[in-house]
Amino acid sequence: MTEFFQSFGMSYEWAWTVATLVGILAISLIVMFSVAMVIYVDRKVLGAIMLRRGPNVVGPFGLLQSFADGLKVFLQETIIPSAANKGIFLLAPIITFTVALAAWAVIPFDAGVVLADINVGLLYILAISSLGVYGVVMSGWASNSKYPFFSAMRAAAQMISYEVSIGFILVCVVLWAGTFNLTGIVEAQRGHGFGIVNGFFFNLLLFPMFVVFFISALAETARAPFDLTEAESELVAGYQTEYSSMAFALFWLGEYANILLMCSLCTLLFMGGWLPPIEWAPLYYVPGIVWFLLKTFFFFLLFSWIWATVPRYRYDQLMRLGWKVFLPMSLLFVAAISGYLMATGHFTGPTPLVDPASVAPADFVETKPAAQPIAASEAS
Amino acid sequence: MIQVLAFYLFAGLVIASAVMVIMARNPVHSVLWLILSFFNAAGLMVLVGAEFIAMLLVIVYVGAVAVLFLFVVMMLDIDFAAMRAGFIKNFPLGIAVALILLAELFLGLGAYGAGGIELGTPDGTAAERGDVSNIQAIGALLYGRYIVLFEIAGIILLVAMIGAIVLTHREAKPGARGRQDIGKQIRRRPEEATVMKNPEYGKGVEL
Repeated sequence: MTEFFQSFGMSYEWAWTVATLVGILAISLIVMFSVAMVIYVDRKVLGAIMLRRGPNVVGPFGLLQSFADGLKVFLQETIIPSAANKGIFLLAPIITFTVALAAWAVIPFDAGVVLADINVGLLYILAISSLGVYGVVMSGWASNSKYPFFSAMRAAAQMISYEVSIGFILVCVVLWAGTFNLTGIVEAQRGHGFGIVNGFFFNLLLFPMFVVFFISALAETARAPFDLTEAESELVAGYQTEYSSMAFALFWLGEYANILLMCSLCTLLFMGGWLPPIEWAPLYYVPGIVWFLLKTFFFFLLFSWIWATVPRYRYDQLMRLGWKVFLPMSLLFVAAISGYLMATGHFTGPTPLVDPASVAPADFVETKPAAQPIAASEAS
Repeated sequence: MIQVLAFYLFAGLVIASAVMVIMARNPVHSVLWLILSFFNAAGLMVLVGAEFIAMLLVIVYVGAVAVLFLFVVMMLDIDFAAMRAGFIKNFPLGIAVALILLAELFLGLGAYGAGGIELGTPDGTAAERGDVSNIQAIGALLYGRYIVLFEIAGIILLVAMIGAIVLTHREAKPGARGRQDIGKQIRRRPEEATVMKNPEYGKGVEL
């Protein structure tokens, strides 16, 4: 897009700035619109499973329900509890919302359609998603009320626990793809299964990690069956109890933006992102972004389906699952996958591993004259 | 131009939020300012091209360590009067720490005035940055040249982790209800847990 603005005679720096601003605006608008529609889908799916109609009043088929809700919330009065810590109380929903949007900067929607194609893309997402917990913890503390506080404690422990196993799963994917760049990871999945199937899910070693990642994503976004942070039967509405109007809406939007982000991560890391599911020429006539959106939507439907089906976990069971099942399992798979990759000398990364001589200080090169690419030397 | 602006923004915010960490009355606010200062430090790292370190800083310190800080500080019941009571007692120690920090500051400024140290190779020439990414460069060094030190650090961390677990581990008291066996809980079927009774009208049920 920078070239487009440069064609108006702007200097490179200005064109870059304008292009980035336009990109940010476009992505946040699209994400917000998708969130509105996805909330509608969520309620419709829930309604269908519970044998009721779901939203069907505002607009055709109730399609405009989310916008009506938004308007309602916008016109409501913002109530700040008198005992609350005012600054932090107002800051918390803003942080949740901002963080939920910020992670989208590195998500590639199609080949090259990405705001920031940085080479630590996956780490960036991990970093940003680990910030999400602050919105919850701050709101819980600042509300100065017992239920939100319990909820904040639960959220802090839950998110940290599941981030650990998510981190190890990402390591597995990165090992196989050979890069932290999300575009590179998607490209590494081209023809991964027998040269026909695009996607890491077809890999016997990565498929279990895919399942674990999906379940961890449910826990990370505090979605049912892991919605302990807002368990109605125990905690009223959890950390959102004291919030009203727009502040509440920001939590809500941020939560769904996070869910969509996790769905798109499932798509990008395991289902081949914008690539069609099968390497077959006619499927490439469908634009990549359509494949990306379809796959993301598929995962969102799974999220909704699970919400309507599975009862809530007990808190100790949640912790047990995270620390005693997922963590050892993902650790085992990191070892197994790196062992397999080393044993077969199979390295499918788009860039070869670095020759240590090119980055190490000079004396290092002299002590080890036979500096070869790591994968090659280990495999022989 | 934009780099200079970004540098002064990040650097200014690091210093300002670091000052606020010690100035804030409320310890929770202190932790939040500390997080802001971590975050801006990560911004500075990105500016010098160390994006990997920046991301690690955010993931490890902001994402995990500071959450635990916040967790603990939020649970504290702080009595501000009692905190001030210790002020006179701790005053000499505080002055000593402040003097050491001041001396270090002067030392640093003096070294900077004398020309500073060029980062790079041991013989003093600046190392040129290859076109390899941060992660690959760090990986090649950690798993090549510094492999022994790296492994030793890993072992030390493992020992520390096991130590922490051993310290916090508590055996169940004799006579207390045993640990929950989740396998047993899942294996339990309705037939084992429930009894169907058909009581007469107006009579209770005795099991």
